[in-house]
Order: sequence, then structure tokens, then C-alpha cells
Amino acid sequence: MINLAYRDIANGFGRYMLTSLGLGLLIGVTLTMAGVYRGMVDDARALINGSATDIWVVQRHTLGPYAESSTLHDDAWRGIVGLPGVAETGNVAYLTMQVKHRDKDVRVMIAGFESGKPGEPMRLVAGRPVTRSHYEAVADIKTGFQVGDRVRIRRHEYTVVGLTSRMVSSGGDPMLFITLKDAQEVQFLKDNDAIVGDRERLAANPQFNRPGVPGLLSAVEADRFSNHNVNAVLVRVAPGTDARLVADNILRWKHLQAYTRADMDQILVAKLIATSAKQIGLFLVILTVVSTAIVALTVYTMTMGKIKEIAVLKLIGAKNRVIVAMILQQALGLGVIGFVIGKTVATFWAPIFPKYVLLEMSDAGRAFAITIVICTLASILAIRAALKVSPATAIGGG
Amino acid sequence: MANHAEKPAIKLEGLVKRYGSGSSAVEALKGVDMEVYPGEVVGLLGPSGSGKTTLLQCLGAVIDPTAGRITLGGDVTFDDDWKISDLRELRRDRIGFIFQAPYLIPFLDATENVSLLPMLAGKSNRESTARAMDLFKVLDIAHRAGARISELSGGEAQRVAIARALANNPPIILADEPTAPLDGKRSLTVMSMLNELAVQYRTAIIVVTHDDNIIPTFKRLYRIRDGRTHEEAGEGKSFEV
Repeated sequence: MINLAYRDIANGFGRYMLTSLGLGLLIGVTLTMAGVYRGMVDDARALINGSATDIWVVQRHTLGPYAESSTLHDDAWRGIVGLPGVAETGNVAYLTMQVKHRDKDVRVMIAGFESGKPGEPMRLVAGRPVTRSHYEAVADIKTGFQVGDRVRIRRHEYTVVGLTSRMVSSGGDPMLFITLKDAQEVQFLKDNDAIVGDRERLAANPQFNRPGVPGLLSAVEADRFSNHNVNAVLVRVAPGTDARLVADNILRWKHLQAYTRADMDQILVAKLIATSAKQIGLFLVILTVVSTAIVALTVYTMTMGKIKEIAVLKLIGAKNRVIVAMILQQALGLGVIGFVIGKTVATFWAPIFPKYVLLEMSDAGRAFAITIVICTLASILAIRAALKVSPATAIGGG
Repeated sequence: MANHAEKPAIKLEGLVKRYGSGSSAVEALKGVDMEVYPGEVVGLLGPSGSGKTTLLQCLGAVIDPTAGRITLGGDVTFDDDWKISDLRELRRDRIGFIFQAPYLIPFLDATENVSLLPMLAGKSNRESTARAMDLFKVLDIAHRAGARISELSGGEAQRVAIARALANNPPIILADEPTAPLDGKRSLTVMSMLNELAVQYRTAIIVVTHDDNIIPTFKRLYRIRDGRTHEEAGEGKSFEV
């Protein structure tokens, strides 16, 4: 039996392929949007996995340090490290900012860490770890920095001594690791003019500048202009210890919020990117509806363009299933070709996106199934129109 | 030549077609009687609105007559109701159609347009293609077998359409103004061809026409006016073309 769908496609091959290309680009955008969401989730998890931490201890009643701001004294670790099951602790400070690199601003998440403790950069792919106390940095490869590059952070120049990979913030910004002291300075230290202004203001305040108490003003200044805060204390538990129990102990005895990896996953994936996920989800729904409309319109137009031929086919005895098969095969062909084009272009353009786009095979599989369902549903309109055509149309009536 | 000793290929008795109901009902056919024999080409003439197209649609089993009887090759196919459940099968196997315009399927080539019919009837691809090629030889267009429809001239396309009508060797062919798009000479060529084919394939051909040029070629014709047919003897001239 002649394949009518194939013959019709071959007859209008250029138009059919152009339509497939249009649909393919739409499918490519859809796959990329799904990839953007997967990338966001993966970025969030990379942050959790990249710190090799079991518990995040943060300010009480906050979702810090990534989803909300959190401030702890940098000696909070002393009380934590003595709790049963705690193997190691490390202070960390995080802040997202623009740093200057070769006259260009690069957005990064600065992570201040203590060398040899939880929170230090992992997965070094080039260079060496930070060994000096000041002005050395390890950068994620996504920053575009090279080992030996100089980066300006606030008032100071830092030298990039090492590179890591997949160390990004939950927002997808690449991380730049510097020592905790440097990070505290970057985060909390004011510029010289502000310090001078504050000193004058303090000196003018009779409460702090009392004639009979000569050391008071210096003590207040020392407290005001030094910084002993961190954003979180990262905890590694001893092997075989249940992190949940340790976290509960920290909450009960130290009155600090403590999150396990599962909690942090929940915060970063379910809470922090929930709105973005909904946004992308809605966008995917719109793209699906648009794709359905395009396929439906295309298949309907193609069918209506040969309505006389369909009437002739019916007149000469073609069964409905022959006509239905022709329309359905054309719609499915459109879907399959469109999907192949979409998957190909998405694979090619995904690395160009500034944020991580993770194309998963399971998403592609789901997209293919949805495309087939869409094409089948979209052809219903055309099939209905074709089946309504009377064979009498072919002999001057209808 | 038609042999009236044979059973008619098609026989209509008191065929009525009524559109609508009650006071607004319109009777397009008011009891049509007609007999056409195997090998015979009969003309069906009439002014616009006389019921020609309605009669053709009833004969072609694409609309339902209201009353009357249709007998096809001895089998009663309609007697106040269809006696055959699958009208598509009836059209596919027992009725051939030729239209004013060829109405060929543009995305199939000439051979496929013809071989599609036997294929729809369940014949193998090889058998169907062989049948198409045989008909092309008879119609002298074998050299255009692989041509796309858009590459055929009007006359060639009409021959392919005639081959398609004959593809399943139906006992009756309904031709709706088959010479309308052709000039005088080519009209006569087509009529000459239909007469030869009718005899060769023992097919009854009913030709609906307005074309005065071809009326003298009919040996017998029916005039239809106000939904009723009147049989007339024709001149039955043959033309050297």
C-alpha cells in the first residue's frame, strides 16, 4: 500500500521541513527551559555537596546562610565542637558581589573559609590551595579567571592561585574562595572616609568620650571597627554519628539553628528556587500550549489544503482509517523531526547560556512523549475536518 | 456494442430524491427511470438545476435517494434504503468516476494515482501497478507513467483519470462533464476513447454533459428536466480524430 503521508510530505518537503524547524526550535527552547531548572537544582546541590559538610549552624530562626542572612559570633564554634558526635567545625562567611578583573566586573559569591576546615574549596582542577593568610583566592573555573590573574575585591588586589569546578552559589554565581579574615574584612569593614566619620561622631558623643574615663572611647572604637562575625559554622560529624541527632543537640543546647544536608537541600531546592521553579513551570506549560497550537494549526492547514483530494479518496473507496493514518503520520512526523531538531539545537546552545543548563535524558524522554501526545491531540481537529468531508464534494456537491 | 439481451449494468426505477421536509421540501428527482447496458455510453443532458448532479450523486452512492430502486449488475443495491452496508466498498469496486477536472492526487505520480484503487481493494502493489500499466498502454500514456501530476498536460491528466476510473474494472462509470475543459477536437478524442473502453471492458458509462460538440456521439441519451428523465435515441456518430 502506498504511504500517502510520506508521498504528501515528499511533495511539499520544503514547507514541511520549515514547519518542523519552527516546531523544533520551540521544542529546543522548552528543553532548554527544563535544563535551566535542572541547572538551578544542580547548582543548589553543588553548593551543598561542594562544602563537604554535614551540618550548617546558623543564626536562630533564619534559613541561612544561603537563603537568608545569618550572623554568628566567630567563637560560636567553641561551644559546638565540644558536643558529642562533632568531629570538626569551620567558620564561613559568604557574600555575593562584583569583583574587578581586567577592568571588567564579574559577579561572584565570595566564600571566606578557614584552611583545613569544612568550607574550604574542593575539586581543585588547577593551581594550588590558598596557603597565605591574605590576598590569595581560589576561583571557580566559570569565573573565567586564570591561575595568576589579579582580582580587585573592594580595596585590595587578590591573586588567583587555584581553580575549582562546579563550585557555584545557589543562584549560579561562581564562587571565589578567600581566607575567612579577608572575607570578614570584605564583608564588614567600611572604607576609610566612613571610619573617620564614625570616629568623629563617637568622639562627639559625651556618653562615650567622658573626661573621667579615658579608655572608654578607645574600647568602643575597637569594638565598633573590628569584626568578629561569620555567617555560619559548618560541622562535620564523626563517622557513624547521626547528623540529625547532633543538629537537634545544637538547637537544644546552643540555641542556634542547625540544618542537616537533607534540611539544606529542602531549603535550597524547595524554598529558595521554588518561585523560579514555578515561573519556569508556567513557562513550560505556555510553551507546550503554543507548540500544540502550532502543530494543530499546521496539520489543520495541511489537511484543509488537500480537502478535495480527501473527498476524492473517500469517493474512490478509501476507508476512514487510511485518511486518519495519513493525517496522524504527518502530525507525528512533524513531532519526531521537530524533537530531533529541538534536542540537537538545545545540546548545541546550552553551553552558551551564562547559567548552568543541565539537559537530562529523562527530561528529553518526557519531552518526546509529550511531543507525541501533543501531535496526536493536535491532529484531532484536522482528522475531524477530514472525516466530515463528504465524498459528494468531489462530484460538485457536498 | 451494447447488447440489450444482457442484464442492464445499472437500472433505476422510480428514483426520488427529496431535500428537506414538510412544506419546504424540494424534490430534485421525481421518479427517474433509466437503464444502461454493459459496453454502452449514454448521455445525460439537462439544463442547470434539472437534477443532473443529484442523480449522479445518488448513482455514485454518495447521497441517499429518498425512494425508488437501483439495480447494479443484477443486484438490488437500493430499494427505498441501501441494501449494502459498506457504500465505500460499493464505490471502490463497482463504480468508476471521471470528473470535469481530473482531481488526481497531486502528491502521487500518474501510476500511483491509478494503482491506489486496486491497492485499496486489497490487491498487491505489484498486481496494482501492473493493472495501471496495462491501462496506460491502452490509453497511450505509458510513457508518462512516472510523471508527477503537475507535469501532465490537461489531456494526459484526463487519461490518467480515465485509467483510474477503470482500475478496478467497475461495471459502471459515471463521468461528470469529462470534456468540459477540453477543446472540440480533444473532446471528441475523449468520447471516442470512452466508447472504445466501454466495449473493451464491458463497462456502462453515463456521461453528464452540456457539450453540444459531443452530443452526436451518443447512441442513446437521457434528457433530465424538473427531476424527470426522458429517453431519446441519439445519432451515434463516430468521428475520425
